[in-house]
Amino acid sequence: MDSMATAESYVLAIGTKKGLWLATSTDRKEWSLSGPHFLMSEIPSIGIDTRDGKTRILVGVRSEHWGPTVAHSDDLGASWTEPEQGAIKFPDGTDAALERIWQIYPDADSRPGVVWAGCEPISVWKSTDGGEHFELNRGLWDHPHRSEWGAGYGGAAAHSIVVDPSGEKVHVAMSTGGVYRSLDGGTSWEPRNKGISAYFMPDPNPEFGQCVHKIAADAAVGGRLYAQNHHGVYRTDDDGENWGSIAEGLPADFGFVMLTHPRREGTAWVIPLKADGERIPPDSKLSVHRTGDAGNSWKELHTGLPDHEYNAVLRDAASVDSAEPVGVYFGTRGGDVYASADEGETFTEVASHLPDVLCVRAAVVVGNNTAVELEQKASAPVPG
Amino acid sequence: MADFTVLLPGVLQPLVGGQSYLTASADGAVTVGQLLDSVTGDYPVLARRLRDETGALRRFVNIYVNGDEVRRLKGLETEVAAGQEVLIVQSVAGG
Repeated sequence: MDSMATAESYVLAIGTKKGLWLATSTDRKEWSLSGPHFLMSEIPSIGIDTRDGKTRILVGVRSEHWGPTVAHSDDLGASWTEPEQGAIKFPDGTDAALERIWQIYPDADSRPGVVWAGCEPISVWKSTDGGEHFELNRGLWDHPHRSEWGAGYGGAAAHSIVVDPSGEKVHVAMSTGGVYRSLDGGTSWEPRNKGISAYFMPDPNPEFGQCVHKIAADAAVGGRLYAQNHHGVYRTDDDGENWGSIAEGLPADFGFVMLTHPRREGTAWVIPLKADGERIPPDSKLSVHRTGDAGNSWKELHTGLPDHEYNAVLRDAASVDSAEPVGVYFGTRGGDVYASADEGETFTEVASHLPDVLCVRAAVVVGNNTAVELEQKASAPVPG
Repeated sequence: MADFTVLLPGVLQPLVGGQSYLTASADGAVTVGQLLDSVTGDYPVLARRLRDETGALRRFVNIYVNGDEVRRLKGLETEVAAGQEVLIVQSVAGG
């Protein structure tokens, strides 16, 4: 077998308030950084699609002046393509306009070409052509609860999309509105928030209206998902029918991040913040916390991270890769980006002093994208 | 037939092959909206930069007709007469 064809490299895409940076590495310790791409546009969402042995980087781009759009690159950022008519466009009759793409989620290997998007205003979209054209999910758009959904501080958006292996069961989380579940591939939706607190509402336990910040699925246990809520960390073992707290053992139950292991049961990461009213790391010490037993206990991971940090980590500013051991990545609103090649035991700094980090995504790149090619891309001229 | 010219800011010119202005012809006066429809017909990405999918002018895109910002006139229904300058300028905003 050709060793070059199977050489593993890693790409880390960093979306910020003022552009996109791409970092590449062969060992996940030393990183080469290129950018900015899309300077002065925010990049709140990234999807790296590595299915079919190819690598497509999809980015949600939003210019304060010129609006939002989706662009993609099939050559690791050397060039970008934007569908002329726009990949995401509200259809006639909705009287809505796209504000921001919050989530780009390539589906399972068994459904090549399928990419989901979560957007502001609250909406879910599905592409079957690799993210070049998306269709609005009418079941959620026309949901009778829509008029009662609200906006979080960052806007009203569907920010988490989790599709089970069958493709029939889909969970979406929105701020604010909570978790909605479809059992028919997205045709119809029902709220599934029992046990998740909405302490800020007159009824703290409503059917919907929760401010769920992020959800992620346990890859090895069907029906199990984890949620980082606006205060509260939860797990469900029955597809959202019931949620129970797993916050014990964490220094705080506020935060935005929820990551899960791509293969191993019961393994998840959070990055706590002190409180709603004090959005800084607890004791101003930046740490990641990991559970290996589905939230029954947590371990603080701090090696390589600063002892003093006053910036938050946003919901999509954290990611894992699919390598073994799994890599863990995150960036702060202070523009510092960290990577771990050992599941969070130790972190190294990838970049510092970037604009506010809004989104990071990492992927293992194999096949034609060798380390040499990646480094050549990293030094290539950057489009605006 | 009268000729109309729309001047573009430098940041948008790469979307139209580097041109600094676009032109259209019409019989008599046209509205700003009609003029945009005409000059962006061959440039759908430019069209999306200026207006969202409801047709509304994006918040920080300003269009001036003979020096007057159209939001202070009749918006996209503002009439443009032959010979009047139509200028697109982005707001000075952000940080």
